[in-house]
Amino acid sequence: MSAEPGVVEVDARGTRCPMPVILAAHAARELPPGTHLLVLATDPAAAADLPAWCRIRGHQVQALTTDPDGAIQAHLILGP
Amino acid sequence: MPRSSPGPRALLDAVASPLHPQAAATLAAALDAGWAEPTRLYAEARRAAALLERARESIAADLGVRPPELSFHLGAGPAALTAALDGAAWPRRRAGATMVASAVEHSAILIAGRYAAAQAQDARLFLEVPVDASARVSLTAWGHAVATPGCAVAALQHANGEVGTRQPVTAAHEQCAAAGVPLVVDAQASLGRWGVPPAYDVLVGDASSVAGPPLGLLVVPERTAFRRSGPPREAEFGRADARVWVPLALAAAEAWQQCAAVRAADNAAAHELIGRVRAAVAAIPDVEVVGDPDDRLPHIVTFSALYADGESLVRELDRRGLALASGSACTSSTLEPSHVLAAMGALTHGNVRLTLPWEAAVPERQAGIERLIAHLPEVVAGVRAQLGAQGL
Repeated sequence: MSAEPGVVEVDARGTRCPMPVILAAHAARELPPGTHLLVLATDPAAAADLPAWCRIRGHQVQALTTDPDGAIQAHLILGP
Repeated sequence: MPRSSPGPRALLDAVASPLHPQAAATLAAALDAGWAEPTRLYAEARRAAALLERARESIAADLGVRPPELSFHLGAGPAALTAALDGAAWPRRRAGATMVASAVEHSAILIAGRYAAAQAQDARLFLEVPVDASARVSLTAWGHAVATPGCAVAALQHANGEVGTRQPVTAAHEQCAAAGVPLVVDAQASLGRWGVPPAYDVLVGDASSVAGPPLGLLVVPERTAFRRSGPPREAEFGRADARVWVPLALAAAEAWQQCAAVRAADNAAAHELIGRVRAAVAAIPDVEVVGDPDDRLPHIVTFSALYADGESLVRELDRRGLALASGSACTSSTLEPSHVLAAMGALTHGNVRLTLPWEAAVPERQAGIERLIAHLPEVVAGVRAQLGAQGL
């Protein structure tokens, strides 16, 4: 899967908690506010932890979907 | 796996704690005095039967119920809970088969409810009511759910055993009563420690909560319509699947009595110790205390450390002599994180759960709390460093 233009993709598939959140945080550190971050994950905990991280760090969850096969896609907008 | 340190141990996971010493002594004595099957007619059996009824009377008195309203259940709290839901729902079978439960109920309820709905391919058979960020159930949604046509029974905790938050049981019970739906109150985390829930139709507890052996308690007041489905049962007034082993009931009653005698003082001390943990945890960067800060059980605190994993935290604490639990997925066998934390919108990773034991069962608990407070910042920082998560 390739990211759309203007979307920064973080591929955390195959990693276990808390690595999806840590990988997202590493990416976010280098990016300006308003960036659209797409985090791909397969660990079920990521579906709860990415929104919780956003709440703590002031980012926004635009959409979060979990496919029937367990693949998680989290569209996040980085806060200030 | 690193070996645990040989130094002092602090047991801070009282979901299972060492028995109260007097309960342990009673259990040992009961092996001689109460081994017999109490339904037999010979002298040893009659003695066991009399001891069993004394145990029942003593716990029933503390709960403010009549002895026949209290039954004992092998299989601990979950067995009593299963019996409670089954027995409360069966008399309602003409109204329907829907069960209502909060999203933070015991997994025994959630797994059974989801299974029943999936088997019948009818999602309406199990309604999960959402909770807010502190784990408190939404009364608006609860009211709608229990008023749904076909609702047979509802289940709500007195207080959550993972995060300590208490539920608005009185208001939820009023809504149930208005809809004619019996409310099963699951007080496994609180009964014996925090008094009796203010309202219930059926009540569930476990003697583990008073440093007793795991033994399920079920209270069915005379006013509540109750009958187990399936063939009639003989044990425990027809409510239990198996007869209780008398020594367990005697040890449970002894623990109950001992803890009831010091309940107020122990709760006050526990509240103060947990308050110190909450304050210390809040001072560590990016660690969130989960659950209601005030309307909670006095002896439970749960927190989640961002960018840390629960398994490493718990193992490192253990290495330093501190025994604690975690609701993080990596510490469970299911690979699923705690449904309670997920339902609250809390971080499920980096989770640590402290259930303070009774001082009588673990006299060194205060020293343990002090050691935990001293070690925790370093433990969290160390785990984050291992994961390459500094400076995030």
